[in-house]
Amino acid sequence: MAESIKDKVAIIGMGCCKFGENWWWDAEDMLIESTKEAFADAGVEPKDIQAAWLGTTGGFSGQLLARPLKLQYIPIVRVENACATATDAFRNACYAVAAGVYDMVLAAGVDKLKDSGISGLGSDSLLPGGTGTATGTSAPGSFALAGTRYAHTYGMSFAELKHMLAQIDVKNHHNGSLNPKAHFQREITVEQAVNAPMIAWPLGLFDCCGVSDGSAAAIITTPEIAKKLKPKGDYIMVAGLAISCGAGQGQTQNKYDFVHFQEDVTAGEWAYREAGITDPFKEIDLAEVHDCFSITETIIYEDMKWAPKGGAKERIYAGAYTLEGELPVNPDGGLKCFGHPIGASGLRMIYEVWLQMLGRAGKRQLKKADIGLTHNLGGAPGSFTCAVAVFRKPD
Amino acid sequence: MAGITSFGAYVPLFRVGRETRNWGMPIEKAIASHDEDSLTMAVAAALDCLADMDRKSVDALYVATTTSPYIEHQLAAIAGAAMDLRADILTEDVSNTLRAGTTALRSALNFAAAEPGRKALVTTADCRMGTPRGGFDQTSGDGAAAIMVSDQNVAVEVDGVYSLADPMLDTWRAEGDAMVRSWEDRFILDEGYRRIMSESIRGALGKWNMTAKDFSKVAYYAPEPREHGRVAAEFGFDRSQVQDPLFGRSGSSGTAHALQVLICALEEAKAGDRILFVGYGDGADIFNLRVTDKIESLRNRHGMKGYLESKRLMVDFNQYLRWRQLIGAESARRPASVGPSVSALWRERSDVLPMYGTRCKACGYPQYPSQRVCTNCFTWDQMEPYRFSDKKGTIYTFTKDSLAGGAIEPPSIVTVVDFEGGGRAMLGMTDRVPEEVDLSWIGKKVDLTFRKISFAGGVHNYFWKCMPERFPS
Repeated sequence: MAESIKDKVAIIGMGCCKFGENWWWDAEDMLIESTKEAFADAGVEPKDIQAAWLGTTGGFSGQLLARPLKLQYIPIVRVENACATATDAFRNACYAVAAGVYDMVLAAGVDKLKDSGISGLGSDSLLPGGTGTATGTSAPGSFALAGTRYAHTYGMSFAELKHMLAQIDVKNHHNGSLNPKAHFQREITVEQAVNAPMIAWPLGLFDCCGVSDGSAAAIITTPEIAKKLKPKGDYIMVAGLAISCGAGQGQTQNKYDFVHFQEDVTAGEWAYREAGITDPFKEIDLAEVHDCFSITETIIYEDMKWAPKGGAKERIYAGAYTLEGELPVNPDGGLKCFGHPIGASGLRMIYEVWLQMLGRAGKRQLKKADIGLTHNLGGAPGSFTCAVAVFRKPD
Repeated sequence: MAGITSFGAYVPLFRVGRETRNWGMPIEKAIASHDEDSLTMAVAAALDCLADMDRKSVDALYVATTTSPYIEHQLAAIAGAAMDLRADILTEDVSNTLRAGTTALRSALNFAAAEPGRKALVTTADCRMGTPRGGFDQTSGDGAAAIMVSDQNVAVEVDGVYSLADPMLDTWRAEGDAMVRSWEDRFILDEGYRRIMSESIRGALGKWNMTAKDFSKVAYYAPEPREHGRVAAEFGFDRSQVQDPLFGRSGSSGTAHALQVLICALEEAKAGDRILFVGYGDGADIFNLRVTDKIESLRNRHGMKGYLESKRLMVDFNQYLRWRQLIGAESARRPASVGPSVSALWRERSDVLPMYGTRCKACGYPQYPSQRVCTNCFTWDQMEPYRFSDKKGTIYTFTKDSLAGGAIEPPSIVTVVDFEGGGRAMLGMTDRVPEEVDLSWIGKKVDLTFRKISFAGGVHNYFWKCMPERFPS
């Protein structure tokens, strides 16, 4: 009989290096940075780690983590699950502890994308070895298809869509300006966002997150050990973990509407069920979501039941998702201000939940941070991999 | 007796003309898009010619051009696959001469004569280049034409054929030449076109014991308008007999030109008309044609009439220069193009060239690309092949991607197309003006067109794109 993950694992330490164009750091350097902070935070040493999960799209096997940290012959799983990689690495580490196989494990994520020298992610078409005839589109292009259809579906003009999306761009930039670890730490205006050069119509420069380098890490253990090591209660509990993989339904079926991502819905519902959340918009105090593009964040609000279908606009303009709103989304600045080193983003999201719950979020600190959610999404409209995690403060 | 049973044509959408910036001349001509070449245009003309005929009934395919993208690899084999013809047919590339189209027609007629009841399809296209805005550039254009030949249901009888060979170097290209070479103007026209047309037509008329008065129309290749007029004058054809040679409309289209002019004539012809038809290049091919009442069954082809009228004026001639990579353009830094995997291309050849997907026999749902497990009802291995390339579509959504566009023609417009009859695919959109594509295009009807996706690793990679309907239905 399948059981819930709720309250079976705890995070006792986290680390996150500065994200950005880290020309002076390679992947191994960034892993040292993020794990060093995590070990110090947890009060635990590398030799205490029994197994590790590494999320990354580069490097060679789990050895990418073992080599810089000098982890000695321990089990290391290399995880890749599109842009949900980091959350999936974290998730699998949690299951190993919940299964009672290990007591103390490390989940780390890293990606070094800026050495490629190209704009945007990867290749326009199929993976190497393909026919080269599949219609090439960039990541912004794939999500732009949802932007176009969103405007059409809800009767918005191009200008109205741009103005709505700009609210999200401005919100995330504001939050990022309060975050010393973000790549971009400056405010922008709605006019700047609306008038920015087009990347993939209708998405402009500020609607798109950048490509960047970064690493984040979490040390995971049982609730009993967490209580013993952190008697003051400065640790957090995992309340729900979910992942949902699409099968290209939306790319082959006429009925897919391009204004919702079913994988969000499925993963969200699973995580809510595990965590015992029945009114997400009310119960969740903060969320870190996958704002690779502003239209993505818009649709996530609806998929995650934080707005009715087609109703995101109203809540956006009411400020529901700002730091002062009912459900602050991306209080750390999101992918917009951090960029998206694929293997690390999900863990960077958990890091913000961690800081908020322990009262360490500085200028971004929310008054209430008892229940937090992270949402991590990879793929393209019509076929995604979505991972959702829910966290809560220990009793 | 073998004769012409169908025809088709293709003229690229874009034209340069008086209002085109940086062209500066009141001369109009047709320009193949950056994703077109002789093969794609030949396929377009052939599909027009095939109309709603059973594709599996074609027994021979001839592809004629002087601008083949390959020097060793048969275009007719690729075209046959793209058009979903049978594999067990005669396929032949005819090249290296401006009269390759008419020479191929002679071969097709011989085939049909030797194989009673069988059908041969000739398609010809050219995409030649000269110095931008120069003399050759002003008179030439890109385009294609196709003719079906058989001994059944003949719409145009072939009462005589005559050919003359002449190793005249008037215009030519050697391997590696991007642009057409020619000798001095006066010489090549005096001793080339004018002399050879004169000798060959004289020879043909003499052999058949006929004069200009015996013909309703004369349709023939010409490199430029004045010389075209001289030929008609020499043999006493009056204005009403001379088929317009398309200068100032689509231009002289190399191997396709003579056939395009003939098709224009056939589109106005009625039963009983006799047409003198001449293809020129390294000599000439001459045909004595007589139209039958079956010509009436060919009135629904788009042909030259349809394709000439369906046009967009290029705003700036620099676009043509970018398309032919005569000037560069800066674009986003993207991964370098690598050639496709040839084994993957072979394995996916049915999904790629004729764009076959599958339809589930359990629930009837068409899906692209081909699947073994149905996307709709999840049944395993109950699939039948289902062709998408000839289906109409509508635009479900799109983006104008400035990142993926590449240097030649950013932005790249990526479209989600819903097909009539079911099924969906994500395809590039071509033959459009990006500034015009907006939210109102959702729901717009599109057709599919066979185009070149890329050239990398020595492979010309072909697939299908969508385009706004050339002929709104």
